[in-house]
Parts: sequence; structure tokens; C-alpha cells
Amino acid sequence: MNGGVPVTMSVNGQEVSATLEPRVSLADFLRERLNLTGTHLGCEHGVCGACTVIVDGAAVRACLLFAVQLEGARVTTVEGLAPEGELTDLQRAFREHHALQCGFCTPGFLTTAHAFLLERPQPSADEVRAALSGNVCRCTGYLGIVEAVLATAQARAKA
Amino acid sequence: MKPAAFAYRAPASVEEALALLEANREAKLLAGGQSLVPVLNFRLASPPLLIDLNRIDALAGVREEADGTLAIGAMTRHRAIETSERVRRANPLLAAAMPYVAHAQIRNRGTIGGSLAHADPAAELPAVCLACDAQMLIQHTRGTRRVAAHEFFTGFFSTALTGAEVLVEVRFPAWPAERRAGFAEVSRRHGDFALAGVALTADVKDGRCERARIALFGAEDLPRLARADMLLQQPLDAKRIAEAARAVAAGSQPRADHHASAEYRRELVEVLVRRALEQALAS
Repeated sequence: MNGGVPVTMSVNGQEVSATLEPRVSLADFLRERLNLTGTHLGCEHGVCGACTVIVDGAAVRACLLFAVQLEGARVTTVEGLAPEGELTDLQRAFREHHALQCGFCTPGFLTTAHAFLLERPQPSADEVRAALSGNVCRCTGYLGIVEAVLATAQARAKA
Repeated sequence: MKPAAFAYRAPASVEEALALLEANREAKLLAGGQSLVPVLNFRLASPPLLIDLNRIDALAGVREEADGTLAIGAMTRHRAIETSERVRRANPLLAAAMPYVAHAQIRNRGTIGGSLAHADPAAELPAVCLACDAQMLIQHTRGTRRVAAHEFFTGFFSTALTGAEVLVEVRFPAWPAERRAGFAEVSRRHGDFALAGVALTADVKDGRCERARIALFGAEDLPRLARADMLLQQPLDAKRIAEAARAVAAGSQPRADHHASAEYRRELVEVLVRRALEQALAS
């Protein structure tokens, strides 16, 4: 009864199929089967936000989903935000505004902010803070991160 | 931190889910998983079977009935409720509470039914249901039954649901024209569970309060309606509001933990009841 369950999903635009033990989290599937180690695991119980990925357009915690639940879903990880070797404007803004130091939390902030800006292209600073409240950063003090997200929104409005 | 092994089924109907539950009494229902999966990861529970409700499309959606009842399917995600124009129109209290339900990533996945069945004493939605006299529609193999919110939450993380039932819908009665809403909470971080919170409705006609429901959450071991009779048939003014807030705080039995002492929580209850009533008055 605990045998493998087949699942097919799209990850960063590529269709992937696997037969998995049901208890394998989406985060472990991405990291250990697909070698997409950009998705980080901090707390593994939904508090830190480091494992955030985008599933069917919505930012979700990959540690709180089982991979077998993702049948037919479209998953985007931090690796899929920009083509190989390139950065998105949001990623460049993180670099310019010192929005990362050790970088452990950064993939979760990027995926969260990426989905948030698509939904709310011109947010206020308070809205950015609320949107990022589910992600923990122990280096930056958050100010650079909020600035990077706001700067990206402003640059997009001008473009 | 990995869960113990379990078998997995994702039925397409409630009937199928109930049949699986009937045959596997130790099984757990998986809704949004935002509370259950941490419990599994910590191995606080290790059910032999997870019955995933996410493939049951009939359980998701917001509907308004002819009599004004707002019926929300148990598998409707928090985010869908938060962004629903219908909810905003039909139930201002629920709309006001939604942004406080956890963080955006959790609202994208978590469901109203999952939150209510989990019955965390610090969760917002149980209190909203109490303040609105909501009813839980529960399905079992022989039919359905309805349980009023004030009978549904029976204790610390405990509800009236038996192991062979599925919560399928939450029903909010029509919102009368004279009803006002108030919602306030204090948490350590935006989106965290509340140290204390208040969700309330007050029906005000000609400046007098005819009916009030003050639901406390976070402060005690289970969400509950506080006594509100001191507000009835009185003009809802600053003096009455302050008195009511003091009385609710005095009658509360707050818990103490590493986040806050009982004394601090009692103080919060007074302040939050006052703020929520002021909101109701101003709305």
C-alpha cells in the first residue's frame, strides 16, 4: 500500500515524470531528484519561507506539499525565473540594493516577490512588507529587500 | 524532519473519500496541508493513509443562496476568499479577517475547511464563524448534518467532527443591513498566530445595540463567544464600549506560554475588544 505513486508535472517549462513515495515533499523532489538545489530548506514546517516556489502562478511552500499532489501542475523554481545565465530585473535589484548577504533565504524571497509583483505591479511599501512577512532573513534586516522590490516595481512602471 | 511513510489516495468525490475513511479509521484527511504537514514532519502524527481532498472540485467555491446565505466549500483556499468580491459584499467580517490568516504563501494553499477542522485556538476563522453564527455542513456515509459554530469547537484543537465525517461546507447566514463588524488582533509578526484577537458583530438600530457576538481567539484554550449582554439595548458609545471591554477581559481565562503571560493577554483582550467595537461603531 505504501508503493510508489506516478506523477507528471511541469518544472520550469519542462515536463517531468516520476514514481515517488507519497511522503516525498515537493522541495525534496526538486532538490534530490531534479537537482534543482536553488530551492532551499530551512525549517521544513512552513515558517521560514526559504522553500517557496510558484505553483500555477501562486507562491507556495514546497516543504508543505507532497510531490505526488502536483499531478498536472506548473512549477517554477528560482532557477526558472530567468533563462540560464541571466538575471531578472528583480534579481538585479536584489544585488544592487544589498538585499542578500549569505543568500540562504534569497530563493524564497525572489519567488515570493516575483509572484507578488505579477499580481500587484505597483505596491506600497506596507504591502511589500505584508507580502514578504512569510519569509525569514537573518542577515539583511529586510530594508534592502523591501527597497529592491519597490525599485523593481518603479522601474517597471517607467519602462 | 521527514514524515513517516503513509499510503496516499486522492479521491474525486466526497463519497469516495468517506468510503476510504470508513475502511481506514486511522486515516487523515489532507486539505491545504498547511497545519497537517508540519504535524507529519514533526512526527506528532503518523497516519497510515492520507486522503487528499484537493481533487474534489465540488468542495471548492463561494456561493450566495437566494436567502442571502453565503456558502463556502470546505476546500476553498484562503486566497480565493480574500479576493472574492462576493465575500466582501456578503460578509464584511470574514473579508476583514482574511488578510490576517497566516502569510500569503499559506493563504495560497490553506483552506477554510482545513483551518476550521484543525481548530487552532489562535486561528482567526473559528472566531469569525462564532461571531457570524455560521453553520458547519458535515457529510457522513448516511447523509449530512449541520452543527452550529458554537457547538463545533469543543476544546483545544478539538471539534464535533467524528473520524468518519468530512466537513464539506461553511454556511454564513445572511448579513442584516444593521449589522456592523469589528476585527482586531495582536501577533508577534504579521501573519503569525494571534497572541489574542477579537472578531465581533453588533446589530445596531437607532443607535442602540440589539444583538452582539464577541468572539475571542488566541487568548484562551479554545475560541469562544464572550458575554455581550452589557451592550444590549444600550447606546453604543465610548463609555459603554470601554465598560464592555473591561468586562470581557475580566471574564476571560487567558493562557500563558513563551509568547505572552496570561496577564498580558488579558490586557490585550480589553484593548482589542475596545478597538473592535470602535471599528463597528465607525463602520
